[in-house]
Amino acid sequence: MTLRKISKEQPDNFEFTEENLNEVNKIIKKYPEGKKQSAVMSLLYLAQKQNDNWIPLSAMKYIGKLLEMPYVKVYEVATFYTMYNLTPVGKNFIQVCTTTPCMIRGAYKLVEACKEKISENENEFVKEKNCSWMEVECLGACINAPMMQINDDYYEDLDKEKTLKILDQIISGKKPEPGSYRGRLNSEPENNRKTLLDIKNA
Amino acid sequence: MLNDKDRIFRNLYNDLGSDFESARKRGDWSNTKEICEKGKDWIINEIKLSELRGRGGAGFPTGLKWSFAPKEVGSRPHYLVINADESEPGTCKDRDILRFEPHKLIEGCLLASYAVNVHTCYIYIRGEYYNEGQKLQKAIDEAYENKVIGENASGTGWDFDIYIHYGAGAYICGEETALLESLEGKKGQPRLKPPFPALIGLYGCPTIINNVETIAVVPTILRRGGEWFSKLGKPKNTGTKIFCISGNVNNPCNVEEEMGVPLKDLIETHAGGVIGGWDNLQAVIPGGSSMPLLPKKTCDTITMDFDSLMTEKSGLGTAGIVVINKDQDIIKCMARIARFYKHESCGQCTPCREGSGWMWRMLERMAKGEASRDEVDMLMDVTKQIEGHTICAFGEGSSWPVQGLLRHFKDEIKKRNKFDPIVKDNKNIPYLVDQHLLDKNA
Repeated sequence: MTLRKISKEQPDNFEFTEENLNEVNKIIKKYPEGKKQSAVMSLLYLAQKQNDNWIPLSAMKYIGKLLEMPYVKVYEVATFYTMYNLTPVGKNFIQVCTTTPCMIRGAYKLVEACKEKISENENEFVKEKNCSWMEVECLGACINAPMMQINDDYYEDLDKEKTLKILDQIISGKKPEPGSYRGRLNSEPENNRKTLLDIKNA
Repeated sequence: MLNDKDRIFRNLYNDLGSDFESARKRGDWSNTKEICEKGKDWIINEIKLSELRGRGGAGFPTGLKWSFAPKEVGSRPHYLVINADESEPGTCKDRDILRFEPHKLIEGCLLASYAVNVHTCYIYIRGEYYNEGQKLQKAIDEAYENKVIGENASGTGWDFDIYIHYGAGAYICGEETALLESLEGKKGQPRLKPPFPALIGLYGCPTIINNVETIAVVPTILRRGGEWFSKLGKPKNTGTKIFCISGNVNNPCNVEEEMGVPLKDLIETHAGGVIGGWDNLQAVIPGGSSMPLLPKKTCDTITMDFDSLMTEKSGLGTAGIVVINKDQDIIKCMARIARFYKHESCGQCTPCREGSGWMWRMLERMAKGEASRDEVDMLMDVTKQIEGHTICAFGEGSSWPVQGLLRHFKDEIKKRNKFDPIVKDNKNIPYLVDQHLLDKNA
């Protein structure tokens, strides 16, 4: 279990934009009639996107009304799943995977880089850099370890120097290219491919 | 080594492109209508004949699972749910299927749905795989445009819709009933079984839940015949499987191989060998973090299939192979896995919620050599009290890796943790209970 903390500063009001309301209707249609509650996870994502990467309590109340479900049920969902940020994390949210497969390939070097470039502690929102970082559990790219996720993108096959460079770019407002940073093709064995060679060479 | 022409996932590394036209060139969607015309029973029988076992970890026979669904649709509709909540450390095979072979998955969904009377399919993708989900959505849109799914899918007269549902970072939602809870918009805490989802599942309706890889191999099996598939691999452990080889190897990679391939072959041929040579190998986790590790001497000879790993008190699981060499501290590696389970426990059952934390804290101390001699056996006791006392298999998943460590590396732990718990002189450690006995002024 993880301890989730709610931000002390909460905005009074939250409402979806016109564009997002259309999206909401589309999402609700995916589920059978009378099963609106299923849409709660997608709606929380929408709220998170609209509100600078975090979900205030007013958004949960609003979504509860929208889906005709009790506020506490929305609150339960928002606090159970770790990808919903309940405090401000900034425009660039950096998640470093440190579970064993990444750890044994040097994930803690990436953590060092984050400490140097962003903040000494994880989960600390640095206002002037508009970003924050945290250690997370397995992100499911173990063969491209060590890796990190910045917002939706995966940055793979990293080491400390490459991470420092990526973080520099992020802080200065650029968006570095996601993917492998050793130039390998997706999940193929580098320089050692033994399978499907006729396709590769075709 | 498996012959290239027997490989199902020919676009595993994306040499060919994942769009509809390229997929079609590889043979996807080529005769979907004819396959469906052979009938529902034929499809289920062919899958039974292929002896395909679920690729999500438990290895349950897929044909059998499908035959549990009611034959006729009653008052409640049937659902198919695809489990793409891949979060087991060491596993990243579904990610590549979602990215590069989405049409195999979509076609498999249609065929499976047709066989078990389903009109609506949900694909539950973990929230972190947002880009992969977008790629799959693009493939689904293409499939709708080409009328291979939707109303009268592929001209079969069968109406079929697919929707994507994103998770939000909960490992436990890979457990099938927790996944259903999550789909219903609740927190993902597993349900008691029985009733099994095949009878009472999503929204209380009959639901078949399969892993991405299981469904993605279905179209190829039906095209080439169940017999072809059953001839690959070993008896009862048939077919091909994507192995994810990560950790201390020279070329970590995903590779599709026959079931029952020797572990040493996999590591030496495809992954370029262990860093520092085979002799530098310390242990291997054979099937994702929840399977007990194997020491080097077992790794020399073991073959990768469900049954032979079972005899070594481990399991194939998701076939996520994590190689750990002698440069690593094995206790620390396992302590990190224990921390993963402590973080991901859903909190529903007390033994798991509390026990996973205990195991983590004890292992952290053991890695530093701060544990007492007795605690080694105590740790074993804790794992035994979690295992089998929880609603879902998470309890086993969290205690097995620790048991594996204790089984094979007990000497290592004992060597590091020699500390005697009986207090001979006043150490001023307030939490030791018998300290008051040493107080001479009392």
